[in-house]
Amino acid sequence: MGMTIAEKIFAAHLVDEPFHGTRVLKLDVVMCHEITTPIAIADLIARGKDRVFDTSRIKAVIDHVTPSKDSKTATQAKMLRDWARRHNIKDFFDVGANGVCHALFPEKGFIRPGYTVIMGDSHTCTHGAFGAFAAGVGTTDLEVGILKGVCAFREPKTIRINLNGKLPKGVYAKDAILHVIGQLGVNGATDRVIEFRGAVVDAMTMESRMTLCNMAIEAGGTSGICMPDSVTVDYLWPFISQDYASKEAALVEFKKWWSDEASVYERVIDLDISSLEPVVTFGYKPDQVKSITEMAGTPVDQVYLGSCTNGRLEDLRVAAEILKGKKIAPTVRAILSPATPKVYSDALHEGLIDIFMEAGFCVTNPTCGACLGMSNGVLAEGEVCASTTNRNFMGRMGKGGMVHLMSPATSAATAIEGKMADPRKYL
Amino acid sequence: MKTFGGPALFLDRSDINTDEIIPAKYLTEITKEDLKPYILEDLKLPGFDPKGEKIRASRVVVSRSNFGCGSSREHAPWVFEVNDINVVIAESFARIFRQNMFNCGMAALELPKEKLDLLFGYAGFADTAIAVDIESQKIMVKGGGKEESISFELSPFDKALVLAGGWVDYADSKY
Repeated sequence: MGMTIAEKIFAAHLVDEPFHGTRVLKLDVVMCHEITTPIAIADLIARGKDRVFDTSRIKAVIDHVTPSKDSKTATQAKMLRDWARRHNIKDFFDVGANGVCHALFPEKGFIRPGYTVIMGDSHTCTHGAFGAFAAGVGTTDLEVGILKGVCAFREPKTIRINLNGKLPKGVYAKDAILHVIGQLGVNGATDRVIEFRGAVVDAMTMESRMTLCNMAIEAGGTSGICMPDSVTVDYLWPFISQDYASKEAALVEFKKWWSDEASVYERVIDLDISSLEPVVTFGYKPDQVKSITEMAGTPVDQVYLGSCTNGRLEDLRVAAEILKGKKIAPTVRAILSPATPKVYSDALHEGLIDIFMEAGFCVTNPTCGACLGMSNGVLAEGEVCASTTNRNFMGRMGKGGMVHLMSPATSAATAIEGKMADPRKYL
Repeated sequence: MKTFGGPALFLDRSDINTDEIIPAKYLTEITKEDLKPYILEDLKLPGFDPKGEKIRASRVVVSRSNFGCGSSREHAPWVFEVNDINVVIAESFARIFRQNMFNCGMAALELPKEKLDLLFGYAGFADTAIAVDIESQKIMVKGGGKEESISFELSPFDKALVLAGGWVDYADSKY
């Protein structure tokens, strides 16, 4: 019997199986941010165990509310900062160098195929794009991860989704994953790993694969995961060129993680997306999806472009192509938050930031902020936001506010018209 | 070990997410106790008042499927914990929420739909109380002049976490 990539990663990291079905795994990377980590730090101090299992395997960033907006968020930032300094954590990213964790850490080359990764953040599943097992956890799992470098999981059952065909013009990874979530439902993959396969995934950039894996949690998935291939090698090459004789040699190593042909999947779902239209959510759950054709014309108050889902350079390029030489509607306000300083800087040098500003966008620093209604674009009661983020829960971006999830292209077209609009007519 | 049981609060909806249990704007609190007044603040459900007497008196929450979906925030179990609610019973849970509950030495108990429907049969009585025995894996429900016992499944690992008082103590003694 063959093994899936998740089963191979579990086998390679197994520390203990205290009970049938429970696997305690060794962790390769433990990632920390200022919202969920401070309480873990406080508890470790209270227990007299203010230690870290391995300084080099811990990565930390202040990203959710940054620069701090008030005394409370400043205190959280300070707790993380002081802790990182106290333990000499060199991969710590503070104001000026900080960005949205799931965009920043991949960009720094921290994630490799076959890794186990946890963070006190549900969108940690993003890093599965590199062929890693990456799971969001709570503060207690994070605390034990920091202290002991282990985490417990149930044995991984996998749902394989074959994205067949070719993405049509104006349709992107975001549309594909919204479509997948619509098919699976919000708990269709609970306790499962979602393995993304097929010609569409093979043709995707790492950025697009991250968008795909980012939303695995919205179907309940523990981790999204893609097979590490030559696209992965190319992306990681600046960080791994000392470790392998050639890209070909790296690829041979990476391919050892691939799911075997004879792997056993709990479900295999084939989706041909060659005729998929741009997808938009309509309710308060991410599985409530419709095509832009059905939703076009719905007025919005705010457009938000950013986040760990869609705040990367290729997202900004797509939106800028649509916005070039145009103005946003006078009834709408539009906010761009490039996900990392590098994305911001690259966009600046490519002239993209000029396009956004001339169109009427407000450009903010990299932060999670508005996505979870904490800062930089919170909605008022009754307001509607067209957003490239990942959650449309009631009140997510502000009490009484409504969120429609969509791709960067659809958000750009929507900004121009002030109501939901089909991006294909602008391409 | 914590105590499990008491007056029950029934939340008859699936997919109650952690933003509804504790909105993100309160994630800036750095002690669990500070979360206390904000329990279920953004949950809109007919007949439910997050600021009412019922929630203050409740010690057990009963809900439907995929309870605790969304954000990984452990603030969701904590806001129950500081309100003396140590057990949530549902048809199913989101993975991270369920794990967070057991990691805190609390209980997230899953019941198949038929058994859960039986429990929801007590939702209309003002005096409904639920007692949970982790060791024997039994729920005793009492209300409106009737009572019955319902058994539940619990993985040995989850049980061990409850008995150990949570994952930090368990892991610290083993790894």
